[in-house]
Amino acid sequence: MLLNDTRYRSYTFQFIALVCVAALFAWLGSNLAANLAAAGIGISYEFLGQSSNYDINQTLIEYSSQSTHLRASIVGLLNTLLVSILACITATIIGVFAGVLRLSNNWLVSKLMATYVEMFRNVPVLIWIIIIFTIMTAVAPAPSAFRGDDPDASMILGMFAFTNRGVYVPKPLLEPTGWVVLGIFAASVVSMIAYRRFATRKLYDEGKLLPTLWPSLAILFVPAVLAFYALGRPIGLEIPELGGFNFSGGITLLGSLIALWFALAIYTGAFIAENVRAGILSVSRGQTEAAAALGLRPRRIMNLVILPQALRVIVPPLISHYLNITKNSSLAIAVGYMDLTGTLGGITLNQTGRAIEAILLLMLFYLAISLAISALMNVYNSAVRLKER
Amino acid sequence: MKKSVILGTLTVAALSAGTAGAQTLSDVQERGTLNCGVNTGLVGFAAPDANGNWEGFDVAVCRAVAAAVLEDPQAVEFVSLTGKTRFTALASGEVDILSRNTTWTFTRDVDLKFEFAGINYYDGQGFIVPKELGVSSAKELSGATVCVQTGTTTELNLSDYFRKNNMDYEPVPIETNSEAQQQYLAGACDAYTTDASGLAATRAAFEAPGDHVILPEIISKEPLGPLVRHGDDEWEDVVRWTINALIAAEEYGITSANIDELKQGTDSPEINRILGSADNLGEMLGLDADWAYRAIKANGNYGEIFAKNIGESTPIGLSRGLNAQWTDGGLMYAPPFR
Repeated sequence: MLLNDTRYRSYTFQFIALVCVAALFAWLGSNLAANLAAAGIGISYEFLGQSSNYDINQTLIEYSSQSTHLRASIVGLLNTLLVSILACITATIIGVFAGVLRLSNNWLVSKLMATYVEMFRNVPVLIWIIIIFTIMTAVAPAPSAFRGDDPDASMILGMFAFTNRGVYVPKPLLEPTGWVVLGIFAASVVSMIAYRRFATRKLYDEGKLLPTLWPSLAILFVPAVLAFYALGRPIGLEIPELGGFNFSGGITLLGSLIALWFALAIYTGAFIAENVRAGILSVSRGQTEAAAALGLRPRRIMNLVILPQALRVIVPPLISHYLNITKNSSLAIAVGYMDLTGTLGGITLNQTGRAIEAILLLMLFYLAISLAISALMNVYNSAVRLKER
Repeated sequence: MKKSVILGTLTVAALSAGTAGAQTLSDVQERGTLNCGVNTGLVGFAAPDANGNWEGFDVAVCRAVAAAVLEDPQAVEFVSLTGKTRFTALASGEVDILSRNTTWTFTRDVDLKFEFAGINYYDGQGFIVPKELGVSSAKELSGATVCVQTGTTTELNLSDYFRKNNMDYEPVPIETNSEAQQQYLAGACDAYTTDASGLAATRAAFEAPGDHVILPEIISKEPLGPLVRHGDDEWEDVVRWTINALIAAEEYGITSANIDELKQGTDSPEINRILGSADNLGEMLGLDADWAYRAIKANGNYGEIFAKNIGESTPIGLSRGLNAQWTDGGLMYAPPFR
């Protein structure tokens, strides 16, 4: 009888459960639509095409107050991506260093790193963002302090101005031949990678160890520097100058960006450090001893034996830390950084009053970013995964 | 947190069976309390005092409505709302009336389906700058960094003003008034802009108010008033005429001190009609004859409310200006009670 067939029975019950769940969501959805209509809240995304009428202080693409709300959202999205990428890179560097150093035999170094980890991962990231921003605002001088014959503050190296509004750094100015220098530099990067691959293959095939550090640096910089001088210094610097109320010229790194970036990086870096430590400890001690018995030096043991194996343990949780950084970047509003939450979920939402639409769209944007990061990191994960043949 | 409010609203909307929202008056009377949406804390307009009692200019409107409808000015449940959550809270029925420095604009009235029940404060947006900056007009602010509270109409006015005058600026968006104050005082922005009433309230809290000047330019019109949901005309009438009663009371000299005496009957037919000793205007509103008497008795007339919360004798120190009675050259003008 069919009913006695476990396979058939389980499919039937799963199908019935699926229908029930679908019916529940359909009922919730229709009820929601009916109630929203009764409350006079119609769902409409027309506002995205209307002009936004507000300004944003950091725009990576062209934007003015006459642009649409959609464009404002995209400006916000790019700002979110910018701070997330910066924070992911910085957090990874901090995390790897802190994780490795926490296992150091040096008592002071390992305790310092333990303190860092425990301090930063046990205080909410919002608090860190606000603390760093407040310290920057209170401690760094206002631009007016740079004014006058005997100013209270001066620019570092005559190029960098640290103010409580942000950091002003010189901007590279490219003459047409400057692109040639950049092209040569890009070619150097490619050849450096090629050289390192060659060196690795040589090591694996013939057991011959070629020096990598000095040749890489030489390949990287010598041609570009030679070209720079040969072409008559085609890359100049635009140095920020104090004029009117603010510094002008150069590149401005807003205080809010720096505070958010730094806070996210050191906070998540503490988690990544623990990850890295767990990964390293997961490689059995015998591996280190075997490598040492073969005559490898400690740094090579770390690079060639431990880390490649540890990465299999480190990478999967690293993905979720990157996702956390991206999602935590929505705390930007605390310091007035205009990310996606600040534009679409903040000003646009307020000005149009379309809260439900804006929040739904916001969720969609974050979902898309997170899924994209997951997909990318999964590709990397499958590259470092244990190859089973 | 704000997201969860909205999602919560969504969930509640999804779960609850449809309730028609057109009988706010009877709902409020049945419930016995008035749900009033107010600011999260702006001294003078809506802020809890040391004992946790809400007080302020916007709060007084809610108390007057509660007195008129429920015969008890204390029967108000205050819900503090941010600039983001306020409209959803009103539309979903979480509050019956939103009395929270909300500027009357076309889209809020028409597109978002709300009704502004009147204007209780005529405001305009201004700038405050440190005196040492040597700026005497907003036209000299080209290139300045300006702190602005996000989620308000001020952001849009600021953008329009600089665009119109062909000037550059850098906005520093800030979530709350107190953070803006901190940033401004630290010099992280050259100027701070918000409604002139808010500037006065903010400056009053500075250590050295004299070191800061409010620039003479008022760059926008900000008519502030309480609002209710569109489509519930009876409720809108109650709120509208309660405010009108407060304004008319000042014009006719009805104060909390003499109201009991005037209630006995006077030679002025209009005062008699307002206080219910002649005709029965209250019945037409679905209330009783004493509705306006109670509303005025609760906190005094419009002038008394103004003087007590934000007037010149308070730390906020606002002059009546546009908010004087029309007989004194202001814009406060209540339609006739007849």
